[in-house]
Parts: sequence; structure tokens; C-alpha cells
Amino acid sequence: MKYLYYPGCSCSGKTSGRAYSESLIAVFRALNVHYEELTDWNCCGATMYMSVDEQQAFAMSARNLALSESQGDGNGAPVTLVPPCAACYAVLNKTKAYMQEYPQVGDTIHHALDTAGLSYSGNVTVRHPLDVMVNDVGVESIAEQVRKPLKGLRVACYYGCLLVRPYPLFDDPYDPTTMDDLMRSLGAEPVEWPLKTKCCGGSLSGTIEEVGIRLGYILLTEARKRGADVVATACPFCQFNLECFQKQMDRKYKLGARIPIAFFTQLVGMALGLSTRELGLHRLSIPLPNPEKLGEQKEYAHA
Amino acid sequence: MQPWIIERQIRFQRDLDHDFTQEMRSTPGGEQFVHCIQCGTCSATCPLSIYMDYTPRRIVAMTRAGLKKDVLSSFTLWLCASCYACSVECPKDIKITDLMYALKRRSIEEKIYPKRFGIPVLAQVFFRLVRKNGRSNEGMAMVQLFLRTNPLSALKKARLGLNLISKGRLSIRGEAIRNRKGFKTLLDNVTDSSHGIKSEEAATA
Repeated sequence: MKYLYYPGCSCSGKTSGRAYSESLIAVFRALNVHYEELTDWNCCGATMYMSVDEQQAFAMSARNLALSESQGDGNGAPVTLVPPCAACYAVLNKTKAYMQEYPQVGDTIHHALDTAGLSYSGNVTVRHPLDVMVNDVGVESIAEQVRKPLKGLRVACYYGCLLVRPYPLFDDPYDPTTMDDLMRSLGAEPVEWPLKTKCCGGSLSGTIEEVGIRLGYILLTEARKRGADVVATACPFCQFNLECFQKQMDRKYKLGARIPIAFFTQLVGMALGLSTRELGLHRLSIPLPNPEKLGEQKEYAHA
Repeated sequence: MQPWIIERQIRFQRDLDHDFTQEMRSTPGGEQFVHCIQCGTCSATCPLSIYMDYTPRRIVAMTRAGLKKDVLSSFTLWLCASCYACSVECPKDIKITDLMYALKRRSIEEKIYPKRFGIPVLAQVFFRLVRKNGRSNEGMAMVQLFLRTNPLSALKKARLGLNLISKGRLSIRGEAIRNRKGFKTLLDNVTDSSHGIKSEEAATA
């Protein structure tokens, strides 16, 4: 099967999600997942474009679907588009769904694509890398390839909103478990954490900081109370919001010690024995605990 | 004023705009909202309802009643982070997030969104940026947002910005797609919407 990688604006170039795409690519290579980048992809429209112009938002999102189809085999064979960003994932799936559900949307977009020399016949599946790793590569296969198990590392798996809402295509919208399974296969211990799909505020942290700080504080405090050493995320915005405002959370609500926030791909890469540079671990402001040393420290604490 | 007395605003029947209700009903995802049973599940699941001037349940009721101006000038619309929690939980399958989007668009069209409030400004900054380059740029979007709202607030974020730059995670030099001409053709040929910003842009181009 051919995977077309769609980095999205937040994971391409010098952006907040840079380490996400770096680690994802490294992990895909290590797991022998063959992919190529979608040529000349454009912004999916995110959550913002839709608030100004709906039809244009659908049209630009559909351009990516049309490009995927033409970059595929060209024989109308199904193509899989893989966006790491949860927002891109949800928006691309929404575009697909609305073009089918609402004839007025479908007609307008097909016409616009036509005038721009593009066409889309509906043969693109949009799947998240977490879905690809768990369901195509398989947790058993990943477990076999683990070289440095994350033994003793307690992980709070944060799915966020858009990975399972509004389109729960590969997991349960209320209590998703795929990332927990993946973490377990790496030797880590996922903690029971009921806030795994609670919103982090998304882009609101850029405009009304207070909102992001409060939501982030609630998520992180609960994670700590559940004993998490690290929070694993699957979206550049979630990672940014939870990591970069901890100082403000501390000032306002007394968060206490910093909690490292990783992309789930970085944890997979660590277990596969990939290097710090490859995984973009040096880009995190709060360093991840070293799993080897973590075990020792805990034993020491218990003694 | 005594805190136990809720200040009620008086609205008159003849000021209700039923065309507005119908218009919202006809947008994709808006068909169901008139069947709302006012259970309040949306407001309860909403992570941001504590910041809103009207809760999502009230926005649905007010839109159904036709209180156009009150709805469109509210802060609520812009506080919606589109996390879809309400849409997933709604027992009547109302796509509340889509309704919020439709209201946001109308609010921008009528230009009655709260002034000097960051979110609608950021939405429009983002819109222009993406329309021009085909891709967004976080750094540039934030710079333009600060310039348009509160330039002094940028100082407070300077340390975070510098930290991100040192980690190679922020730049104001964004990427652009190669086929910008084709991209523009595509967007210009999306026919059935005509917005304030678009005509403004056409005038300046």
C-alpha cells in the first residue's frame, strides 16, 4: 500500500510541530513503512479558515485530496493520505464527508476543482499515523522491534479532540485506547486518565492565554495525580499548549514541577533505539526522563 | 446591584429575525438545530462555556428565536474551539460546532463581532495568509495578530518566542506552495459565497 505523507503547516519547516514530523519520519523508516510526501500540498484550512469562508475552506482541503489521487497510481486505485496533525486529519475527513453528504457542497467543490484543472473521484482514505502504526504495522510487530523498552515510564496518553471527534474512524470517541496499546507494546505503562479526549483550547492559547492555561493546568494536574511521568500527544497544538505554558500555569495555579510533553512518535522512536537528533528530542523545552535511569531512581525511592 | 437579581434584557417580538433562523437552518450541518430540546448537554460538555457570555444551549435557543444581533455580536461564537464535544454528545444529533461556524461567518460578514477581541482578528489574518501563500505560518500570524490587537502584549510573549526560535520551532518566514496561480483560480471559482473580506481583497489586488 502506498502512503502519501501530508505534513501540514504546523509540522513543516520551523514550526511548533517540527519534532513531530522529524520523529514520525524516523519511525516510519525504522518500521519500514514506505511513504512519499504529497507534492505541493496546501493548508487544510484548519479550524480558522472555516470561520471566514466555508466553501473556500472545503475547496482548498479538496485540492489536497485531488492531488493525492493524481499522485497515486493514476488507475483510480485507493490512496491513503497520512496527516500527523489531528486538526488536518479531522478537516480532511470532514471535507470528504461533506462533499458526499451535501450535494450543494459537492457540486460547488467539483466545479471549482474542474476550473483549476483538478478532479477528485473519492478514492482517498485519510488515516492518522497512530492508526497506521497500530492497525497496519501492528502492536505485536512493533513490540518485536523494540530495542530499548521504556520500562517503568508511566505515560498519560492524550488523544485530544480532533483525533476521535467528530469522526471516530479507528477508535472509540469516549474512551480511545489505541495509543495506550501502542505504549504498552513499547514497555511503557499507560496510566488511567479520564481526560484523554478533553480539549486543550487549541488556537485559543494564542489569543486568550488565560483559557489555554486553565485547560492545560486541569489536564496536567490530573495526569500527575494519576502518576504520569510524561504526557504523549498526537497533535502539534496539544503538545505546544501543554508544554509551553507550564510556567504561566505554575504562576497562576501552582502547577509545581514541570511535566514533559512528548509526541507519541518520539516515544516510539526512543523504544526503537533511534537517536535524540533523529527524534527532535532536543527541540522540547522540558527534557524527557531517561527511561533507563527512571527505573533506578524509582527503586532508590522505594528503598 | 444585588447579585441575586439577574438583569434581564427586554427583546420585542417584532425585532425577531426569522429569515436569520431559516438561513442558519439551510447551511450544511444546520438542518437539525431547530429541533433542540434545550437539555443543556452541549453547555455541560463544553470546556469553554465558563468563559462564554451565552452558553451553547442559549445560543441555539436564541438563533432559533431569531435574536440575530445578540447572537452575532456575542463572545461565545469566538470562544468555541471547535472540539466537537457537543456535536458528539447531542441527543438530537445537532451539529452545534457547524452552527457555531455558520454564525461566525455571518458575524464577520455583518462586521458585528466584538472589536479588538483577538480571535475573529486571528481568523481573518489566517484567512488572508493562507489565501495568499497556500500555507499558514504560525510566526507571521502571531505578529500580525499583535499588530492588529495589542502590540504591547507581544512583549509578554517575547521570551516564549525567543525560546521557540532557539529550538528551531518558530520563524516568520513561512512556506508557500508552488502552484499559487492554480490555487487562486480554485478559490476564485468557488461561486456561491460572497464575503466582505473577499471583495476588499479584490479591490486592493
